[in-house]
Amino acid sequence: MQRQHSHQQDQDFSDVDGSGLIAALSALLPAEALLTAVEDLKAYECDGLSAYRALPLAVALPENEAQVIGVLRTCYQRGVPVVARGAGTGLSGGALPHRHGVVLSLAKMKRILSLDPAARLAVVQPGVRNLAITEAAAPHGLYYAPDPSSQIACSIGGNIAENSGGVHCLKYGLTVHNVVRIRLVTIDGEVLEIGNHGLDAPGYDVLALLIGSEGLLGVVTEATVKLTPKPELAQVVMASFDDIEKAGDAVAAIIAAGIIPAGLEMMDKAATAAVEPFVKAGYDLNADAILLCESDGTPEEVAEEVAAMRAVLQQSGATEIRVSRDEAERVRFWAGRKAAFPAVGRISPDYYCMDGTIPRKRIAEMLKAIAAMEKKYGLRCANVFHAGDGNLHPLIMYDANIPGELERTEAFGAEILELSVKLGGTITGEHGVGFEKINAMCVQFASEELAAFHRIKSAFDAKGLLNPDKAVPTLHRCAEFGRMHVHAGQLSHPELPRF
Amino acid sequence: MESILQEWQERIRQGKPLRIRGGGSKDFYGQALAGDVLETLPYRGIVTYEPTELVIAARCGTPLTEVEAVLAARGQMLAFEPPHFGAATIGGCVAAALSGPRRASAGAVRDFVLGVKLMDGAGRILNFGGQVMKNVAGYDVSRLLAGSLGTLGILLEVSLKVLPRPAAEATLALPAAQDAALALMNRWAGQPLPISATCWHDERLTVRLSGARAAVTSALAKLGGEVVDAGGKFWAELREQRQPFFAGETPLWRLSVPSTTSVVSLGAEPLIEWGGAQRWFRGALDAEVVRDVATRVGGHATLFRGGDKSVGVFQPQSPGLLALHQRLQRGFDPNGIFGRGRLLSAATTTSAADNGRSDHA
Ligand SMILES: Cc1cc2nc3c(=O)[nH]c(=O)nc-3n(C[C@H](O)[C@H](O)[C@H](O)COP(=O)(O)OP(=O)(O)OC[C@H]3O[C@@H](n4cnc5c(N)ncnc54)[C@H](O)[C@@H]3O)c2cc1C
Repeated sequence: MQRQHSHQQDQDFSDVDGSGLIAALSALLPAEALLTAVEDLKAYECDGLSAYRALPLAVALPENEAQVIGVLRTCYQRGVPVVARGAGTGLSGGALPHRHGVVLSLAKMKRILSLDPAARLAVVQPGVRNLAITEAAAPHGLYYAPDPSSQIACSIGGNIAENSGGVHCLKYGLTVHNVVRIRLVTIDGEVLEIGNHGLDAPGYDVLALLIGSEGLLGVVTEATVKLTPKPELAQVVMASFDDIEKAGDAVAAIIAAGIIPAGLEMMDKAATAAVEPFVKAGYDLNADAILLCESDGTPEEVAEEVAAMRAVLQQSGATEIRVSRDEAERVRFWAGRKAAFPAVGRISPDYYCMDGTIPRKRIAEMLKAIAAMEKKYGLRCANVFHAGDGNLHPLIMYDANIPGELERTEAFGAEILELSVKLGGTITGEHGVGFEKINAMCVQFASEELAAFHRIKSAFDAKGLLNPDKAVPTLHRCAEFGRMHVHAGQLSHPELPRF
Repeated sequence: MESILQEWQERIRQGKPLRIRGGGSKDFYGQALAGDVLETLPYRGIVTYEPTELVIAARCGTPLTEVEAVLAARGQMLAFEPPHFGAATIGGCVAAALSGPRRASAGAVRDFVLGVKLMDGAGRILNFGGQVMKNVAGYDVSRLLAGSLGTLGILLEVSLKVLPRPAAEATLALPAAQDAALALMNRWAGQPLPISATCWHDERLTVRLSGARAAVTSALAKLGGEVVDAGGKFWAELREQRQPFFAGETPLWRLSVPSTTSVVSLGAEPLIEWGGAQRWFRGALDAEVVRDVATRVGGHATLFRGGDKSVGVFQPQSPGLLALHQRLQRGFDPNGIFGRGRLLSAATTTSAADNGRSDHA
């Protein structure tokens, strides 16, 4: 799927002096840390959401914080947009380059600076891969809890920018619960130390504000993350359901029974059908939905909890229940879930992943609505999701080479997001707004809240140079969007409050 | 309820400084109070509570005890175990962001805040976050507001994540010198043990275990020590600072430090919580000395209760961070209506991190 990103831009940067900028950057970066040739820039034209592409003026690959400061100061003085980039696995176009700007890649800053097993903390550079932290901590019986499916590739800087989650976040928290300190370079090159190695810091919780801020407030050059003791044992219960609604209700029943599983994930029939030939996880292909429900802790604790989970699942009408017999089987059960995106990528030329989050009790309702939308738009959709926290990942399958399919896909996605808001949820649980969902923000927030976001932005970056056109739409854009939306006759929920 | 909000907007419009007050249980906390009192008590009531969603939403003036009772009836709790210190409200609980004994294992107030409805310094009513566990649309303003001590606006309504109460709980105690206790707490915290609270004082380490029955039983056997029968009472008194250590008028200092920090000597023996990360000291200590010690180990010190607040209650921020705080504050409260200075003290001793000192203002 491809499309040069030609969307309307909110701020005009067309007067940026490209050659002057490149001259200034080459004076402060080693030659290998600055890319300007089109063939080199190509590798950075998109992130994991490849539908939107743009070439930047240059890509800077600083090797240390001093160089990051240098790049930011230069861009600040010259009024040049800066887009920070980690591993580029983001799914909302957050790292999409600005065509009059610089991509600031943190990929070379990938050292684990220290790991203190006694304090259960690791100090890392932003380009360190999520999984690398867990690997380094493993000899001490520790791990880094948030485990996005992209964990072999994605960087901790990107995780911080998106407040990334994973299948174990229900019990162990999101990135915001597992990062205790950040070194942030602001757009004017100032270094701020936010948080510390204790359990709180004086003043406002700026750390929480920064996590999930999508590279709009500053560039993270170092972070301290919490390490968690690895449980003695983990087992996963896999339950089949002949009805998606029953599976949805089982999720609520488990929580109601006072159980907080270490992971609680759902896949529908389309998803298991895509995954099984690829991963051979042993999924029940006759089931309309399967639930993966993990318990961890001491062996006694796990035995007690698994029995309780089994009972609830049975009562909720599970047609088959299997419990992983050993670690290999547990890993296999999860492997299918974690490989769901690439698996769908194998059966469809293109897919588009949505990220709405809704109250758990509305899951069944949402899935039925999505099934109806499949017919309406003439596109298939597989559903995998973090059921425990109501975070859906509908994967809409399409073929970008068929004229009109991408547009239909976008309309399908937008309708899911609007329904997420209507059901009391949000347009994004963990992938961020980025470039992709900028218009959907106009559905979720009224202009007063958006204005408050802009005031926060200007407290950090008054010139609006960090990641422009992303995450928070201008009021002007929302007004335009509102008009277009109604004109095209696509307004699916006219009862939604507008402004 | 609507009329209360209109009345508050009218008071904001009048432009006189206001001090937001719930039950007044945290009046002792923070820099000197200023402004006319704005009582949140009338704006009360639980808005939604859905046990299967693990979420409760309540108006700011709702008594904390009411929230806790409603949760307890369904076997759930506020996992950060907030202290009441009197007739606390849920709004004040989030605004002060004080967490109790379970903090080190379960998380702090901010970790459980999902959404906030705010009336800012221009009288605007703003909604941030919501009722779902995961939400990255827009900046996380709800968590920013936790601990803002009424300086950014009135938290009209908060929604919080709740958790099931543990199936079993037990307390054990063992004799230990301070350095040995610190080592033990950190070693245990690195193991998969169901420890939910720790307290060291008077050469004695007390530990609470919470979780599945089987887990608690096996941990009890593993950790040794003697079982404390009145464990519940011990932790309740610690949470409310009703233990003898906290009695009397002597100033109470709170040091928040990395848990592995070795013994900190500031005259009297401390009381230690949170696996070593929270250390309480009593005494008319020299603020400069306390702050230096805290800074040197990478933590911060708060003059929690009593004493001379003119030395600054909170550890001063670095100049860059202070300026950012002020810009943020102006964004929410352009006219400086709310609780001026309760959080951001005018006193600016500089922390060692800034490689320099500035004079007291
Ligand atoms: C197959 C697949 C599976 C995935 N599964 C999950 C999942 O389970 N859970 C989940 O949450 N996400 C998932 N993702 C999404 C993605 O991996 C995460 O959003 C991840 O955190 C992005 O990290 P990154 O290093 O690739 O960041 P990038 O894509 O490079 O950047 C993402 C954002 O972070 C900003 N940024 C990057 N580094 C910094 C920095 N140092 N300072 C400031 N801003 C910075 C960028 O400007 C951009 O806005 C998945 C993606 C893929 C492709």
